[in-house]
Amino acid sequence: MLNREIILSTKNLCKYFYDPQEFKVLDDISFDVKKGEFLTIVGKSGCGKSTMLYCLSTMDTNYMGDLYIDSEKATGKTTDQLAMLRNEKIGFVFQFHYLLPEFSCLKNVMIPALKLGKYSYEEIEHRAYEKLDMLGLKDQALKEASKLSGGQQQRVSIARALINDPAIIMGDEPTGNLDSKNTQIVFDIFKQLSQDFGQSIIAVTHDNDFAKASDRTIEMADGKIINYNKLFE
Amino acid sequence: MRFKVNYEIALTHILTRKKQTIVAAMGVTIGIALYIFSNSIVSGFGAYSKGEMFKSAPHLRVFNEDKLSEPLLKSDKNLVVITNPKITTLTNNIVNPFLLVSEIRKQEYITFASPQVNVDLFYINGNSSLKGQSNGVVITEADAMFNIQSTMVAGNLNSLISDLNAIIIGSGVAEKLNIGIGDNISVSSSLGIKRIMRVSGIFTTGNKALDNSKSYIHIAAAQQLLKQNSNFVTDIYASVKNPDEAEIYASKLQGITTYNVEDWKSANADQLAQDNMLGTMTPLISFCIMLVAAFGIYNILNMTITQKMNDIAILKANGFKGNDIVKIFVSEAFIMGSIGTFLGLTIGFILVSIMQNVYIGAPIGYFPIFHDPKVYLTGAMFGLSVSIGAGYFPARKASKIDPVEIFRK
Repeated sequence: MLNREIILSTKNLCKYFYDPQEFKVLDDISFDVKKGEFLTIVGKSGCGKSTMLYCLSTMDTNYMGDLYIDSEKATGKTTDQLAMLRNEKIGFVFQFHYLLPEFSCLKNVMIPALKLGKYSYEEIEHRAYEKLDMLGLKDQALKEASKLSGGQQQRVSIARALINDPAIIMGDEPTGNLDSKNTQIVFDIFKQLSQDFGQSIIAVTHDNDFAKASDRTIEMADGKIINYNKLFE
Repeated sequence: MRFKVNYEIALTHILTRKKQTIVAAMGVTIGIALYIFSNSIVSGFGAYSKGEMFKSAPHLRVFNEDKLSEPLLKSDKNLVVITNPKITTLTNNIVNPFLLVSEIRKQEYITFASPQVNVDLFYINGNSSLKGQSNGVVITEADAMFNIQSTMVAGNLNSLISDLNAIIIGSGVAEKLNIGIGDNISVSSSLGIKRIMRVSGIFTTGNKALDNSKSYIHIAAAQQLLKQNSNFVTDIYASVKNPDEAEIYASKLQGITTYNVEDWKSANADQLAQDNMLGTMTPLISFCIMLVAAFGIYNILNMTITQKMNDIAILKANGFKGNDIVKIFVSEAFIMGSIGTFLGLTIGFILVSIMQNVYIGAPIGYFPIFHDPKVYLTGAMFGLSVSIGAGYFPARKASKIDPVEIFRK
């Protein structure tokens, strides 16, 4: 593990909120994420863990310090360049599934790949079926996304995050809305992705059981990392 | 062939919200239908009133304008000259007219040119007399220019080709003096010359003032009524290929003669001003209607975007650029606008077709309206560009949505 390549790293990341008053929400954050690492971030509400994740996701560019993704400097790129970078290298899973309700599950999974345009339409369709199959949803593929259960929807959104084979999968409370059975399914998928496919997972979570089972847990408090490798008793 | 993903998303949005799409499209439909209809009326009336003008006015007219005497001394700073200017033109004829006619005919933009002698006269039948004006013409040329044949209600033009005593009178003159084909009528010019003429034809133009006073006689007969020889010509009428550019040709023609050249536009400036006003007001009104339709599209897209904040956020997270989002929503506006424009053109076409067959009675006949391709073309472009414009502003707003703000809620 120690010798693996670094896929994402931050150097002295700082961020302020100015409204309603100046407040340092991220304070000098520096850490690396390795290829194939399953990393969870924990901490109390308001400690800045979600804010940090959105900075890492390149969607929030309003920070100081540097961010490197796949040994490329992401800080200072234009929003269009960052959009392309996200499209290719980052997959997102949120607490809410954010599926487009008018589209079938299959289409929802296909959209990021259609945007990337690396493969032909037929190939993308085939790949999307594969991802849905991997998540046990092949028979639901042609159903409208809004007609599925919550656990199934979350799995579809994971399939969507995986369609472009991203180097990093970021999750903001990915199991926050799920029951224990579905949480276990999502966890197993993440574990499999990092172990078998070498994809890195960075997930913010409140669920200590979920965090405990990950490769490494970063604990945050008041905008600082207080523990780079939290051990659970 | 498959659509690009942006257009596929737009199309799916449209198809899953048929009702809103139709409502938005309907606004455009009404706007474009009214645009087509009202502008077709403007073109129709314009063509009609132009046709009315061309019944009596030539495209170009060459004549000898009255000239005023000029003082021997000119006024300057120190000297004020008071004069009593007088008309110095003794006769209004054109010197050596046939040379000028043949010169005019040589110009490549001229289709016809014909000499004329216009004479004021009285029509007399027994005790009743009527004031009027007669055009001494070469009837074949005049017919080619004004299509007199189409206005004839009785008799024919042919006798005027050689018969110096033949006269073709307006229907009003015939009615007031109670005379018909083959009857004799006496005419008297301002110089007191009297002639007995035989009515060989009656025309009606639909213009009362013309029908009550105008007549056509042989050019030589007109010259005799004015006690002039066969070289006496008062006007030269000319037709051009494209009457809409008559003023350009007028200035060209002015280059080869010292006589006045007048185009039909300056001769009918008042009527044209009226037509222009109609032509300005009507598009303005239809523009206002389209503006309302544009607000329809704007509103519905704004609503769609508010409802689809989450979708937009996830698209942006997954790598859609701001530009892609703009494309998605502008194409939605474009689809709504296209449907509306197409229906509007169809309804406009039907309305115009119906109105074309509405008979509103003499002298106009059928309602003066026609299918003008230019109106349909501008209508289509207008509808589409307004729709795209109305879609652009909400789309730009959507493209600026910050996904982080949405995800953190």
